[in-house]
Amino acid sequence: MGGYLLRRLYHSFIVILGITLIIFIITHMIGDPVVLLLSPEATQADRDELQRQLGLDRSLPLQYIVFIKDAVRGDFGVSFRHQRPALELVLQHLPATLELTLAAMVLSVLISLPLGILASMKPGSLLDRTGMTFALFGQSAPVFWIGIMFILLFGVKLRWFPISGRGGIENLVMPAMTLALFSTAAQTRLTRSSMLDVLDKDFIRTARSKGLHEFKVILKHAFKNALIPIITIVALQFGMMLSGAVITETIFAWPGVGRLAVNAIYNRDYPVIQAAVFVTSLFFIFINLLVDLIYTKIDPRITYR
Amino acid sequence: MKNKKTILYLKKMPIAGGVIFGLVIFSAILGPVLVPYGPADQDFSKVLKPPFWQNGGEIKHPLGTDMMGRDIVSRIVHGARISLFVGLVTVLLSCFIGTWLGMLSGYIGGKMDSLIMRLTDIQLSMPYILIALAIIGALGPSIKNIIIVIAITNWVGYARIIRGEVLSLRQMEFIEAAVVGGCSTPRILFYHILPNVVNSLIVLATLDLGRVIIFESAFSFLGLGVKPPATSWGAMLADGRIYLTYAWWLATFPGLAIMFTVLGTNLLGDWLRDILDPKRKRYVLV
Repeated sequence: MGGYLLRRLYHSFIVILGITLIIFIITHMIGDPVVLLLSPEATQADRDELQRQLGLDRSLPLQYIVFIKDAVRGDFGVSFRHQRPALELVLQHLPATLELTLAAMVLSVLISLPLGILASMKPGSLLDRTGMTFALFGQSAPVFWIGIMFILLFGVKLRWFPISGRGGIENLVMPAMTLALFSTAAQTRLTRSSMLDVLDKDFIRTARSKGLHEFKVILKHAFKNALIPIITIVALQFGMMLSGAVITETIFAWPGVGRLAVNAIYNRDYPVIQAAVFVTSLFFIFINLLVDLIYTKIDPRITYR
Repeated sequence: MKNKKTILYLKKMPIAGGVIFGLVIFSAILGPVLVPYGPADQDFSKVLKPPFWQNGGEIKHPLGTDMMGRDIVSRIVHGARISLFVGLVTVLLSCFIGTWLGMLSGYIGGKMDSLIMRLTDIQLSMPYILIALAIIGALGPSIKNIIIVIAITNWVGYARIIRGEVLSLRQMEFIEAAVVGGCSTPRILFYHILPNVVNSLIVLATLDLGRVIIFESAFSFLGLGVKPPATSWGAMLADGRIYLTYAWWLATFPGLAIMFTVLGTNLLGDWLRDILDPKRKRYVLV
């Protein structure tokens, strides 16, 4: 176990190194920040001076090493637009994104697991067919359109919820529902199919013939064994939500990392883009590591060497 | 025998999925000839007309007009061409990249395998929408760039699944026989391995098409896609969002077009999986 953890941490380290390289390459594709920062009337001397200040006169490999050194210390430079350290800006916007993502996660798990289990108990029933149709539509609708339709229906027509910004719980409802929709659909379908796989097994028949209450058979015997693929997809969806939050935040003017990053992309404010991508990636890696460790707790058959 | 099987499969074909997808292909190919207006035909005497069943609507513009008096139906039909084109080209590209990398990774193994798998790890650990947005922001918005960016962020799913299949195929006797028989590695990959993973590829690609269409519309929605006067469903949605309080139809219909197209490809994908992959492997696309 200890050896496995060490190896995983080593892999994570390589992945993080790869991510910094990609971030570095993208920022260099975005273009010369000197042109963006200086007014058109600036002289060549001004340009050279700024280039030297930003360290852009050095060779590319050297610039990359400096970039990594700074990144390790959490220094991604100062935002061109906000005139504040980029990492500080990202960390300041992080709670909003986490609030939204966690709310959506909880919502989707609370809906999808019971729905998937109920659907699997009576395949072909009305509930099963309705649930699966809903899931199929949910998986097909683009997130941003659903968000707009929610705004139209609940915000503009019915005036139940505010249509933008962050604040009380009423602000959270529509963005969280929007973000949760796709994951709810995917998780419902997967819960149903992995429950159906398990319900076919011999030990379920044994449990039933022992005279156990159906409730207990489903929750204790079947669900526990169907859990591995479900946890995998829930973790996967969590990662996708962090990514999908970009669009949801833009639509609802939710002041999170995603909206910050999109605005940074429009403004070519590359220290902020770097910091945002880096911080989000660290989250991804951490979640994946966590899930792998959770597997061993749930399923004793899984051991890592 | 085989014929009977084919008939049975055709019977199970999702009619809704087939009809929807057929309609989209039809609109993309022939639509622009059939609809009366071009996507950029403006008529400032008919700005923001509602659909025909509402007060003030007219049958000449069944789903209404937008803020420049452009016909919504015509624009949606023209938009089908862009969505489908971007979707198909991107899926083909990422399928091509992913298949070859997956086959190399699974068949050659060793250092090549570690390298490619680390690459997929890196790709999977990054917030792909953000990365794609940043690259498009850097390259400048255009259809070509959208295709490139989605393709290079999307090959991972193919590579992983194909690698898994190749790993089990490699143990099979017919591959051993081919090796002993003196086939070169490219020949084995192309003639012996590829035909055996084609079924999975078809299923994966069909299910992927819908996802890519949604991606493309998301980029266009954020203003990083096609430039006016060309139109796409995502760009129409972006317009619709601005006029949401005055004109509900602007944002509603392009979104429905996207949703039903994706629904069609998803239904077809599910059906293909059932007939091509009877063991019912689960494809969790990442």
